[in-house]
Amino acid sequence: MDFAIANDTLSSDDTPLAHDPAPAHLVVIGNGMAGCRAVEELIARDAGRYRVTIFGAEPRVNYNRIMLSPVLAGEKSFDDIVINDSAWYADNGIELVAGDPVVAIDRKTKTVTARSGRVTPYDKLLIATGSDPFIIPVPGKDLPGVISFRDMDDVDRMLAAAEGGGDAVVIGGGLLGLEAAHGLTLRGMKVTVVHLMPTLMERQLDEAAGWLLKSALEGRGQTILTGADTAEIVGDGKVEGVRLKDGRTIPASLVVMAVGIRPSVALAREAGLAVGRGIQVDDHMVTSDADVLAVGECVEHDGNVYGLVAPLWDMCRALADGLVEQHSGYRGSVTSTKLKVAGLDVFSAGEFGGDEGCEDIVLRDASRGVYKRVVVRDDRVVGAVLYGDTTDGGWYFDLLKRGEDISTVRDMLIFGQSFASGGGQSDPKAAVAALSDDAEICGCNGVNKGKVVACITGGAATLDAVRAGCKASASCGSCTGLVENLLAVTLGEDYAGERTTRTMCKCTSFGHDDVRRAIVERGFREIPQVMQELSWSTPDGCASCRPALNYYLLCALPGEYVDDQQSRFVNERLHANIQKDGTYSVVPRMWGGITTPGELRAIADVVEKYNAPMVKVTGGQRLDIFGIKKEDLPAVWADLNAAGMVSGHAYGKALRTVKTCVGSEWCRFGTQDSTGLGVKIERMSWGSWMPHKFKIAVSGCPRNCAEATIKDFGVVCVDSGYELHVGGNGGIKVRATDLLCKVSTEQEAMDYCAAFIQLYREEARYLERTAPWIERVGVDYIKERIVVDEVGREALRARFLYAQSFSQDDPWAERAAGSAREQHAHMAHFLPNNAE
Amino acid sequence: MNGDWLDIGWLNEIPVRGSRTVPVAGGEEIAVFRTADNRVFALANRCPHKGGPLSQGIVHGHSVACPLHNWSIALATGNAQGEDKGCTPTIPVRVDAGRVLLCRTGTLAAAA
Repeated sequence: MDFAIANDTLSSDDTPLAHDPAPAHLVVIGNGMAGCRAVEELIARDAGRYRVTIFGAEPRVNYNRIMLSPVLAGEKSFDDIVINDSAWYADNGIELVAGDPVVAIDRKTKTVTARSGRVTPYDKLLIATGSDPFIIPVPGKDLPGVISFRDMDDVDRMLAAAEGGGDAVVIGGGLLGLEAAHGLTLRGMKVTVVHLMPTLMERQLDEAAGWLLKSALEGRGQTILTGADTAEIVGDGKVEGVRLKDGRTIPASLVVMAVGIRPSVALAREAGLAVGRGIQVDDHMVTSDADVLAVGECVEHDGNVYGLVAPLWDMCRALADGLVEQHSGYRGSVTSTKLKVAGLDVFSAGEFGGDEGCEDIVLRDASRGVYKRVVVRDDRVVGAVLYGDTTDGGWYFDLLKRGEDISTVRDMLIFGQSFASGGGQSDPKAAVAALSDDAEICGCNGVNKGKVVACITGGAATLDAVRAGCKASASCGSCTGLVENLLAVTLGEDYAGERTTRTMCKCTSFGHDDVRRAIVERGFREIPQVMQELSWSTPDGCASCRPALNYYLLCALPGEYVDDQQSRFVNERLHANIQKDGTYSVVPRMWGGITTPGELRAIADVVEKYNAPMVKVTGGQRLDIFGIKKEDLPAVWADLNAAGMVSGHAYGKALRTVKTCVGSEWCRFGTQDSTGLGVKIERMSWGSWMPHKFKIAVSGCPRNCAEATIKDFGVVCVDSGYELHVGGNGGIKVRATDLLCKVSTEQEAMDYCAAFIQLYREEARYLERTAPWIERVGVDYIKERIVVDEVGREALRARFLYAQSFSQDDPWAERAAGSAREQHAHMAHFLPNNAE
Repeated sequence: MNGDWLDIGWLNEIPVRGSRTVPVAGGEEIAVFRTADNRVFALANRCPHKGGPLSQGIVHGHSVACPLHNWSIALATGNAQGEDKGCTPTIPVRVDAGRVLLCRTGTLAAAA
């Protein structure tokens, strides 16, 4: 009947079409989710308008590709995921040509040709070819046993491979790769995920959520390698393993490549249609040919290509509206991702990088493994990332799409919809005041409101006092805001809101000592883990806390922790000192301040070869070469290495120099071999990272020509042995050393030195020199630990030497050999000759 | 490649929470940043304070801390944040199929 009406309308227009009552022929290329959904939408609008033929490459009916993961995992069968069975095709008069893909489109004759040679004419053509898996072009990619994860055939291949058990490698830590890994794990394979990026699912999740996901998957027995670049797939006749660019080889009898998808555009391109990243379409999904339409993952609309299912539904609606001439138009889609990855809930929507003007509201609940982050700009939600608890994802996404003003619920926003719009109070203090005494404040330590209030009325007037008194907010810190509100409510005007301990930075409510203790006692291993467990308020910290955390982890986990270069200040990242003009200065190590003609010649050659404008003798008895460009640094280091010199660490929070006088070997006043001891101490302690720079000196007699009494550790030789001095500083605030003790042998001097350095490394706060540290803890404490407690001293010394066994690789030699080359090279050049 | 955009390389060539530089005529450099969430920004490699090379700073969130005096510069706008006042020019940049593309006219302006 609909058709009759349409026909009448056409008749009254007196168009030639009125003479042809036969429905137009719509040919659909692609029997997937987009193609069939478009036909469903069309039938719902005007069932008789088109005669429909669908070509599908796979020999089966239309199924839900998203549900392939549960099939792989054994939770569903193929029949469970069929969307339209063969009856649907028959009932709607649709001809399905399955297993015979279209191989060519002829737009002149308006026909398509299938692989079998069959030629089919069309009036309207709909291309819904979806996307192709991207295969990284590495050697071995064509070996038997290397597959993608795109269709039911791939699932069958994986299931067959899993029957034999063994090792599988999944290349790609995005959604698809993780789903494949999860399914294969459940099927009994030992799975390693190799992911190029530093965090999993980096397009959907931020670093914090990606880290949580990684830990959870590792807890399920998968091995997750991030920052891992595949060099080749190895095997003789069939796949046997994957070799990474860093040289590691992972055994595998199955390799699943899930690094991404590309719009499938080859047919369209060969047919001469406009193709960019995808097949270009207008708002009505019409391509550059008015009789050819396209829909789904293969299209590019307004510069965007989509790989999620929600935009596809929007497109199909616009397409069907257009085909029945009730044009509504597609306006692009705002996408959100709410997923269960291996049974773990994750959600992301909008932007979560946070541009200027954006504010992050972060909630971390360490005990439940929850991370929530909502990004707000101008009182509107612009993005959200949720991990572990995605209940409110839909609400945040709704607020985002509608651009709703959230200023009235802002303080409650992060707690979710029910709290913000239901029983919640608009004033957080009032909300806290209204809580019953039984209400739990601190989940980690099981402290209720009554206990916290009792602690406060009992005299705890600051956050630190409450933490000490009843343990509330002393573990993960996520209830700090609640405790502070309780302090304010309970004490009224008497609450100054002051902290007695300064927090590490604005990203956390904890001080340095709290963070450090937590790292050691709770065994944290990575920066994102510290941030999650201690409820950091920013997604990836700041320029203050990141270098500190990197140091604390490095100190706590010698030989295990992987240094995060991007959490290092520039000097430690480039192993040279940045100068005001952006060039660098280079100081080679000269053990104990002693040099040779060969070393001096090599330094002179470097100065001339690289046109260094100045060479300067430093206060620490070294030579400093100025004005080196960052591009030239590796070559400079190679030249210095060739003469036997290594990094002087003049740029680091590390051992700088051991300054010496000439001592008993030459000096008529010398009592001991101060140069010899200085060289030995420097050989022992070079390369160690510390809270701040660290300077040592050895003087051969009490005349103290090496100025040992303004060094972090100073040795003054006397006839009867060695005086050991600590905590001196010649900087802004001059401080003479405290005498630690006197020892009688060189070996003892070295042992005490090692123990003192380790105590400083383990207990001083990041960026705290020994002088303020000793003023803070008192020299008696140092004496107790180093002099009185012999067992403790020996343990400190042993820990220092153990840590040193990992830190005495010359960083210059590594760079000169080509590591971190990108730190020293420009990415590209843009000069007039290539600007045209 | 569209003539309005200069292809300077793969996104993966820029370290996450790091930066790479592109010299332009006249001695200036453009610093191209990549943040933890894989957003890309391009700025003149020059702090508005004392001209420090921003490319060598610590990147956190969508900001960079200048290596010379720790000014914090917003990557999206080039504005100094907090109490500090000043602005570094920004250059339009985008990523297409993994390639980093700098706006040609913006780059020419930086070279002038």
